[in-house]
Amino acid sequence: MRILLLGLTLSFCLSAAAQQPTAARQRELIRLVRQDCGSCHGMTLKGGLGSPLLPENLRDKPADSLVAVVLQGRPGTPMSAWKSILEENEAQWIIAELIKGFPQE
Amino acid sequence: MKKLFLLSLLLLTGCAQQTLRGTGDLGVVVERADGRLAIVDNSRRAILGSVEGLGDLSHASAVFARDGRYAYVFGRDGGITKVDLLARRIDRRVIQAGNSIGGAISQDGRIVVAQNYEPGGIKAFDAETLELLADIPSSYGNEGRRSKVVGLADLPGNKFAFALFDAGEIWIADLSDVRQPKLTKFRNIGNQPYDGLVTPDGRYYLAGLFGEDGVALLDLWRPELGVKRILAAYGRGEEKLPVFKMPHLRGWAVAGRRAYLPAVGRHEVLVVDTETWQEVARIPVKGQPVFVIARPDARQIWVNFAFPDNGWVQVIDTLDNKLLETLAPGKAVLHLEFTPKGEQVWISARDDNRVLIYDTQTLKPLAELPAASPSGIFFSSRAARIGF
Repeated sequence: MRILLLGLTLSFCLSAAAQQPTAARQRELIRLVRQDCGSCHGMTLKGGLGSPLLPENLRDKPADSLVAVVLQGRPGTPMSAWKSILEENEAQWIIAELIKGFPQE
Repeated sequence: MKKLFLLSLLLLTGCAQQTLRGTGDLGVVVERADGRLAIVDNSRRAILGSVEGLGDLSHASAVFARDGRYAYVFGRDGGITKVDLLARRIDRRVIQAGNSIGGAISQDGRIVVAQNYEPGGIKAFDAETLELLADIPSSYGNEGRRSKVVGLADLPGNKFAFALFDAGEIWIADLSDVRQPKLTKFRNIGNQPYDGLVTPDGRYYLAGLFGEDGVALLDLWRPELGVKRILAAYGRGEEKLPVFKMPHLRGWAVAGRRAYLPAVGRHEVLVVDTETWQEVARIPVKGQPVFVIARPDARQIWVNFAFPDNGWVQVIDTLDNKLLETLAPGKAVLHLEFTPKGEQVWISARDDNRVLIYDTQTLKPLAELPAASPSGIFFSSRAARIGF
C-alpha cells in the first residue's frame, strides 16, 4: 500500500515536473485551441456546441480532471479524445493557460 | 469653365456606370478572425472590397435576400448583419442572442430566421428592417430546459425545419402567419442530431445523428408518417475514430437520386438511394468528411476533411462513385462554394490566408485571392435555392 502511494506521489511529481512545450510548439497549440477547439467552443472560447472555456468556467474545477477530459474526451458528448494529437504535458499547458486566460494568436 | 463642366459630367456618368450592375455573380468570404467580409465577384475572380465590424465570425454563415443585393450574416456572438453587396457597407445589424449558429431565409424572402445555441431556439425577423417578428424557444422535457438548435432549413410554404441537439427532436415551424407560428414537433428522433439538410426539391428533411449511428428522415410531403431512421445499421460494432470536427450537412449533397453524406467518425462518404433510402455504397476517403457537396450539375462530389486531414480535398465522380482526384489546395481547408453553374469552385485555406479557385473540369487551380483566415464562402446564387 505504502509502495503504491509512493508510486502515485512519484508519478504525480514527475508529471508536475513535465517539461513545458517549446515556444514554437506553444504557438502551434495556441492556434490549435483558438481555431480547431474553437470550431465547437468558439474562437473566443465563450462556448458553442461545446462548453465555454473561459477562466470563470474552469477555475473551480481540478486541473487534473480537465487535462483528463482533453486527453480522453467526455463519453456521451461530442468532446473527443485528443491523445493522438496532444502529449500529456501539452494538455497540461493548455489547461493551465485556459485557467489563466488563454493567449491570443 | 465649359471644360470643367464637361469633365465633371464625364466623372458623374462614370460613377453612375460603376454603380449600375447586377449581383448574381457576387458573394462574400468570411474573414473570421477579423470580423470582416470580403465582397467578391466570381466572374472576374476578384475581391471588390471589404466590410468590417461584423463581430465574432467563428462559425459564421450567410444567406441572401431574394433580389441578391443583401447578405444576412449570422455570427457566433448572436449578431445578424445585413450587408449591402453593392454599396459594400453594413445596412443594419442586431444582436439577437448570446450564441448563434446560423440562419435561413423564407420562401417569400420576407423573413430571416436565426438558429441559436444560447438561449436555445429560433427567432424570426423582418428581412427588410430586422425587426423581431417571432421568438420560438426550443423548450423540451418538463423542466423548462432549452436545447441548442441545429440544422435550420427553409422549406416551401414559409416553413422552417430544425433539430434540437440536446432533446433529440425535429421541429417544423410554419411561419406563413409569422405573428402566430405553428409548430409541429417530432420527438425521439435519435440521439444528438448535429446538423440537417433539406433535399433540393424541398421534400425530405434529414438530420444526422452524432450520439448514435444513423440519420433521421422526415418526408415533408407526408409528415403524418413521422420520422424514420435510415442508415441505422451503419458501422454497428465498429469503433469510431475521435471526431475533431463536426461534419456539416448544409449544402446540397444530393446528386440525381443519390444523397452523399459524411460518415461520423469514419473515413468514408455514405451513398444513399433517395427512392428507397437504403445505403448503396461507401466511398473510402482521406479523412473524416466535413462538407460533402455536389457540383450544381451533380456529376461531381467535392469533399473536405476534419483536422488533422484538413489540407486535402477529394473529388468523387458520381457516375461510378470512384475517386477522381485528390487535391492539396492549402492548409486548413474550411469550406467550398461552387459558382452558380459549377464551372469553378472556390476553396478557403484558412492557414494559408488565401482562397483558391479551381476549374472543375480540369481540376486545376485557376487563381488565388488573399484573405485573412478565410472560412465560409457564400455566393448570392444561394438566394434562389430551397433550404438556405
